[in-house]
Amino acid sequence: MLNATLSELSAALAARRISSVELTGMFLGRIARLNPGLNAFITVDEERSLAQARAADARRARGEAGPLAGIPIAHKDIFCTEGMRTTCGSRMLADFTSPYDAHVIERLAAAGTVQLGKTNMDEFAMGSSSETSHFGPVKNPWDAGCVPGGSSGGSAAAVAARMAPAATGTDTGGSIRQPAALTGISGLKPTYGVVSRYGMVAFASSLDQGGPMAKCAADLALLMNAMAGFDPRDSTSVERPAEDYARELDAPLAGLRIGLPKEYFAEGVEPEVLARVREALAWFRSQGASTAELTLPSTRLAVPVYYVLAPAEASSNLSRFDGVRYGHRASDCADLVDMYCRTRAEGFGAEVKRRILIGTYVLSHGYYDAYYLQAQKLRRLIAKDFAEAFARCDLILGPTAPSTAFPLGSKTDDPVQMYLNDIFTIPAPLAGLPALSVPCGFDARGLPVGMQLTGNYFAEARMLGVAHRYQQATDWHLRVPRETPL
Amino acid sequence: MSLSPDQIRRIARLARIAISAEEAQGVREGLNRVLALIDELQAVDTRGIEPMAHALDAHLPAGQRLRPDRVTERDRRAELQAVAPAVERGLYLVPKVIE
Repeated sequence: MLNATLSELSAALAARRISSVELTGMFLGRIARLNPGLNAFITVDEERSLAQARAADARRARGEAGPLAGIPIAHKDIFCTEGMRTTCGSRMLADFTSPYDAHVIERLAAAGTVQLGKTNMDEFAMGSSSETSHFGPVKNPWDAGCVPGGSSGGSAAAVAARMAPAATGTDTGGSIRQPAALTGISGLKPTYGVVSRYGMVAFASSLDQGGPMAKCAADLALLMNAMAGFDPRDSTSVERPAEDYARELDAPLAGLRIGLPKEYFAEGVEPEVLARVREALAWFRSQGASTAELTLPSTRLAVPVYYVLAPAEASSNLSRFDGVRYGHRASDCADLVDMYCRTRAEGFGAEVKRRILIGTYVLSHGYYDAYYLQAQKLRRLIAKDFAEAFARCDLILGPTAPSTAFPLGSKTDDPVQMYLNDIFTIPAPLAGLPALSVPCGFDARGLPVGMQLTGNYFAEARMLGVAHRYQQATDWHLRVPRETPL
Repeated sequence: MSLSPDQIRRIARLARIAISAEEAQGVREGLNRVLALIDELQAVDTRGIEPMAHALDAHLPAGQRLRPDRVTERDRRAELQAVAPAVERGLYLVPKVIE
């Protein structure tokens, strides 16, 4: 059961081979055993989870259960949950409990899923290693001396160590896909606007997008069917008919045109990572897909563009943390400005402060045109590169990250070294495109390698189908870390 | 370019973040590394290119949807103020602003 896919769990629940209470209890037991070592969860409330499981079992007994009813899921601690604190990995929100649920939480609750707990993350989702959390770093289940990637590293580690069958995540510059790659799981960042941002603590609003993390692409499709959909409370939510994200899972690969950007197969990528991705490509060709080299010439600009735009948006979004309406407040303040300055100095960690300061600078008088406006123009060029590529191919394939998991602490001294991890994951959110990561093998040290598929707007169903066919022929996604045996 | 200690103080003041004397040097080094990264953008010729403010720009030319200007929320003042650090009689309390 611990290594079962969501469809298998769904079938077992439907056949009454197991109850939601039993299933939830199994995963809670595993969390109790493994979480002290991995630090993937910030908050777990066993009684609350079991009460939700009992409600799901009752619902099934009444004949009202859908495919996800009774399945326990972990949530990134960036999604507001009524009745359980939402910390966003920050001291600022360490004691914050939201008076309402995020849209994603509502949708998954309406589908009958059980909340297993809230997962650890880089503070305010700013990071690529899950080391900036106020609650301590998350460890990679494949090697506890390595990071799980970030910012959704807690969700990734929870799924990889089979402490949860699936989890929610959010992605601004790679925060679903990069940790998925570094922990050997699957993760999808949908087209911008497909999943509502209501109740998701904002980092960079023109880029932030929630999405599913699970063992395999078929599970991602099931979760998307529940998570996606129009929400009038998010002004960037896209109003379009509901779709079945599982409808192309069995579509053939013959005729599929895969684009290979030469910038994604370049120097700076670990040779073993490239070798695993090329092996996957050979398999796709053997199934009748064609591959063509192409170029995304603005790729090298994506990281600097992102580190202007995301901090600019963050500096504005995070101005809400002022010690007045919610969150931490400094004590014994001389006046209002002193309270703001000390509240924010105490509540935010070093990386969050750095990004707020960068954002403040690039938006300040005299620098706005040179940095912010220039970055927005280059964002247009990056989107245009993709538009030209998708005239020639159906999907773009490459490595998700330039390396496998790196040792804890190895990149914390130089922010730019940390930022360069996201070189392949930053372009898709800048353009608003969907992208997913699935495991495609291991390096010599036994660490997972992920490959990324990027599709055109709203091509999620096709991308999930392509990934699913690959996962029917491989078992990388079913491997369990040696350090956390079943 | 690289930021001087004075510039850092000014930015920190704008961002309402207190920086202690001990932190100042480390903050400056970190910011200057990031600035060196984003300064690469200055070299690109972007004449004639429209800025892209939003991901929806690329696939929704009509832009963001606007809702009718009607009250749609119920009054939740009590719930929303329950999580505030200090409130009294429905008002948020802050340190004295005017003597």
